[in-house]
Amino acid sequence: MSLLEVTGLHVWFEPPHAAEVHAVQGVSFALDAGERFGLVGESGCGKTTTILALMGLLPPNSSAAGEVLINGQNILAGGEDSVQPYRWKDVAMVFQGAMNALNPVKKVGWQIAEPMAFHGVAQGATARKRAGELLEMVGIPAAAGERYPHEFSGGMRQRAAIAMALACEPKILLADEPTTALDVMVQAQILELLTGLSRDLGLALVLVTHDLPVVAQVCERAAVMYAGEIVEAGPTDTLYHAPRHPYTRLLFAATPDLYGQDAVISIPGAPPRLDSEVAGCPFRPRCDVPLERCADEHPDLRLVGAAHCAACHRNDLVVAP
Amino acid sequence: MSENGKAGPATAGAVGTTAPKVPLLEVTDLKTYYQVRRGLTEQLARRPKLWVHAVDGVSFRLARGEMMALVGESGCGKTTTAQTILGMVKPNNGSIRLNGTDLVKLDERRLRPLRRTLQMIYQDPYESLDPRFRVRDSVEEPMLVHGIGDSRAQREKLAVEALERAGLSPARVFLDRFPHELSGGQRQRVAIAAALVLGPDLLLADEPVSMLDVSVRAGVLSLLDALRRNGDMGILMITHDLSTAARFADRIAVMYLGRIVEQGPASDVVRNPQHPYTKALLSVVPKRDPRERAAPQILTGETPNPIEVPAGCRFHPRCPVAVESCRLEDPQLRLPAGATTPAHQAACLLV
Repeated sequence: MSLLEVTGLHVWFEPPHAAEVHAVQGVSFALDAGERFGLVGESGCGKTTTILALMGLLPPNSSAAGEVLINGQNILAGGEDSVQPYRWKDVAMVFQGAMNALNPVKKVGWQIAEPMAFHGVAQGATARKRAGELLEMVGIPAAAGERYPHEFSGGMRQRAAIAMALACEPKILLADEPTTALDVMVQAQILELLTGLSRDLGLALVLVTHDLPVVAQVCERAAVMYAGEIVEAGPTDTLYHAPRHPYTRLLFAATPDLYGQDAVISIPGAPPRLDSEVAGCPFRPRCDVPLERCADEHPDLRLVGAAHCAACHRNDLVVAP
Repeated sequence: MSENGKAGPATAGAVGTTAPKVPLLEVTDLKTYYQVRRGLTEQLARRPKLWVHAVDGVSFRLARGEMMALVGESGCGKTTTAQTILGMVKPNNGSIRLNGTDLVKLDERRLRPLRRTLQMIYQDPYESLDPRFRVRDSVEEPMLVHGIGDSRAQREKLAVEALERAGLSPARVFLDRFPHELSGGQRQRVAIAAALVLGPDLLLADEPVSMLDVSVRAGVLSLLDALRRNGDMGILMITHDLSTAARFADRIAVMYLGRIVEQGPASDVVRNPQHPYTKALLSVVPKRDPRERAAPQILTGETPNPIEVPAGCRFHPRCPVAVESCRLEDPQLRLPAGATTPAHQAACLLV
């Protein structure tokens, strides 16, 4: 049994005066303690929605289906009542732009202690002491807890947001674009911190980003999402060196590399709208090697190698070794 | 370059043709300081005025048809450098010669006709385009401001040409669309068309793709690449993304705390870095290949406050190899011993 097991997760949004959007379409993955897993894709592919669903934090105009098992317990079974006991204590999140989400009129230490009191982990002086320890753990002097967010630099605020997520000793940390607004040097510091936390505390890390090189450097495994589905998943090394879905290959080819020699090519077109059923393979209009059957036959995610799966009809043409 | 370029006032072009050896852009010892605001009590107490040394002695040249990348962390002064070149901020010192004319010495009235020769593309096409303007309005407005095109029909013709050059084809389909009907990449192309329509000699691009999706970034960058190769336009790209700079720029200038600390041909700066700051910066750039997980050389702390620039070499407090003399002597750009081309410069006492 894995620490986190997501099976057939679907999320629908019902915007007012518009058609229902099927944002997440049957996403499944599993994660063990200490593992670092990347969820990559373009904006609108459903990666953020997927992890918000794991936290039970979807907006009211949405509905979710499928299973999210934490240590075998389905936290989605009974709505808010079944998620609440797990939220922040078992699964915590560093939100996108978290460094700008701190309360400007509260001291940083107080903000880190607040979830401990709310979830009944620690109170008063104990909570404040633990907030100081958490700050030290993320590389900020404990005394800085007495300061306000505006006295922190961007990198320090992001560290504080990570400390806050760790307040109730979660087993799973979901990080949504944790380094996107940061400079490369600060990004490297934050990524090293996250890697260290997963290694030293056995924290399972889900890193959501559009930045393939960040995932390549931090995560052992990753899933590539497109139009609400996982189209390929496997070890990051395999995804880069032997991708089995054209989207993964093209996404890497569109990413400039410091020492890369090959031409950087963009992927023509745009992802399909998700407010109506997509016939066939959702990537077919942008694919450089489509087959005839891709137009009307939806490819399912299938095992193509060791711990490696892809959703592409082309894999049927290759005889498995 | 184009008919657009010939259609305008002859000032800029004439200078360029009479002195062909003059580089398109020559920035010399540029200094732009911002004064720190003092409260009333601080003024009464006669506290000394404090200055943010945003740009503190920057010099570089840019030739026609060349793309140069100005890279560095936030607060290093790369955006202030661009704003000073554009004339949005007055420099405290130095000269900015565009086709040989020093823009710093010109008053607003004489600067205005030259403005069309230097155009800017901003980071966020979701904010740089007016949401109530159709594509045609966004692209035609600069022509109205600069008095280009005698009739609506002619302005529309020029707008269509600019949109086509920016890769929005067929352009007529896009003319009457609003920004919200376009994707991020298409919006940035509209912003590029609005800059191209004036036939600029110099294009300043401030993080032109950082707000765009990975899959379309390469397209916009290739467009900029093609524009400067086809015409005689120069592009100064400001970016924090070294991988992009390495792949698309001819030359890279690395800025730290208001100064260029290393500059040279892109491949030399990336493959044979000389300044310890450049080396550290390159080591932390994530690589696509998971097998290339070299130990990053992470500098502790963040860029110091540009109000109190460290004495001596401004990088010495964070430098892993600093020696005693680094605290005393301010290094100037020079040819490093390890360089393989005379065009490579670094400002470090130890190279």
